[in-house]
Amino acid sequence: MNFKQILQQLDVLAVCKRYGLSLWQCPQFLFLVMGVVIIATALITYALGTRYIADPVTVLLIVFALTIILFILTFSITRSLEGLAEANRLKSEFISIVSHQLRSPLSNLKWALELLMSGRFGKIEGKQAEYMKILKDNTGRMGELVSDLLMVSRIEQGRLPLHKTEFSLIELAQETIAEFKPIASASNVKIELDVLKDLLPKVFGDSSQLKLVIENFIDNAVRYTKDKGIVKVKIEQRNKKLYLSVKDEGVGIPKEDQKHIFQKFFRSSNVLKYQTRGSGLGLYIAKSVVERSKGKIGFKSEENKGSTFWFTIPIK
Amino acid sequence: MPKKILFVEDESALQKTFGDVLGQEGYKVVSALDGEMGLKMAKTEKPDLILLDLILPKMHGFEVLKELKEDETTKDIPIIVLTNLESMGDVEKALELGATTYLVKASYTLEEVVTKIKKALGE
Repeated sequence: MNFKQILQQLDVLAVCKRYGLSLWQCPQFLFLVMGVVIIATALITYALGTRYIADPVTVLLIVFALTIILFILTFSITRSLEGLAEANRLKSEFISIVSHQLRSPLSNLKWALELLMSGRFGKIEGKQAEYMKILKDNTGRMGELVSDLLMVSRIEQGRLPLHKTEFSLIELAQETIAEFKPIASASNVKIELDVLKDLLPKVFGDSSQLKLVIENFIDNAVRYTKDKGIVKVKIEQRNKKLYLSVKDEGVGIPKEDQKHIFQKFFRSSNVLKYQTRGSGLGLYIAKSVVERSKGKIGFKSEENKGSTFWFTIPIK
Repeated sequence: MPKKILFVEDESALQKTFGDVLGQEGYKVVSALDGEMGLKMAKTEKPDLILLDLILPKMHGFEVLKELKEDETTKDIPIIVLTNLESMGDVEKALELGATTYLVKASYTLEEVVTKIKKALGE
């Protein structure tokens, strides 16, 4: 936190307004009042102590009254913090309910379109087929977005437990790469798997959630490679962990955006220029999965040169 | 005689889509729009397979599943759960109660669901 940010935090009225809280429900304001009361208490106690030293009962009563005020203030602060936590919980719950509600119409749409496009009820051709495809692609996009939102709300509510098993990271990577082959070759991108040693130990974690992480890395690498390029997936052992990295020759991440890259809904400025797709949730989900699996996640990136995203995962 | 499939689902759009596809595949589809109706029709219609949603009006899919598996006359009918609930807890509960397969709507194409239905019917 730099000096400017500290100053901004000190502007209590602005902070409370931004949270949309009234002053007596705003922790920042209450802390400020408490500070003032504590200082006043110290000064008054001193003044009383020196002047009314012969009448300890009065001193006691006044100090007692001040302590009660402090107690009430502390209680209000606790309540206001509870209010904030509750608001956060409600937000996650809201996302969860809305996403679930969106899923039913999306499934109806998806399957109805699939049925139309399957040609079971007459062949769809030419322009009609083109527009059907647009409908289908965008329904798919919406579906992915809703899935990501649900995942985030589950993470935030602590309702995404890991089902840990022992599994081969190499096999998981091979499986994921195979799924991406058609999309990659359609955009002239080659995906290579580089495993230094064939005999790597198995890792311990939730394979279906870690698959999401690998998918996210490869998806980003392919998506942000302009024209043609190579995406290199590397797996190696580092101490008691396996290390997996995905390196691309894509657009890279501008320096000023790098510190926000794992934040929820963050999308890099240059990515917005090239592509509008993406929710800004993938890397946030990836970080949560890796960290809960007792691994680490990180990246190196240079604008216009490419990025390397990596994670580690413990060996059993 | 065509095989009979009971589809317990409150979304009429899905009733239509599956009715059309499964009809074309040569099945006879009967629909129930809520849990109670599903349970009743499972007993009167004697279907060869039941496609069951979980979030249903009047009676939750889990209850329907439980009662069907406890009833001598219906306990052998294969049941495919077709829902958008996807937590591991729900999957485990459904399989424990005796569901043959658990399919999350968002993750399957229509053709894949049809394939699963054929498999559950032993075709």
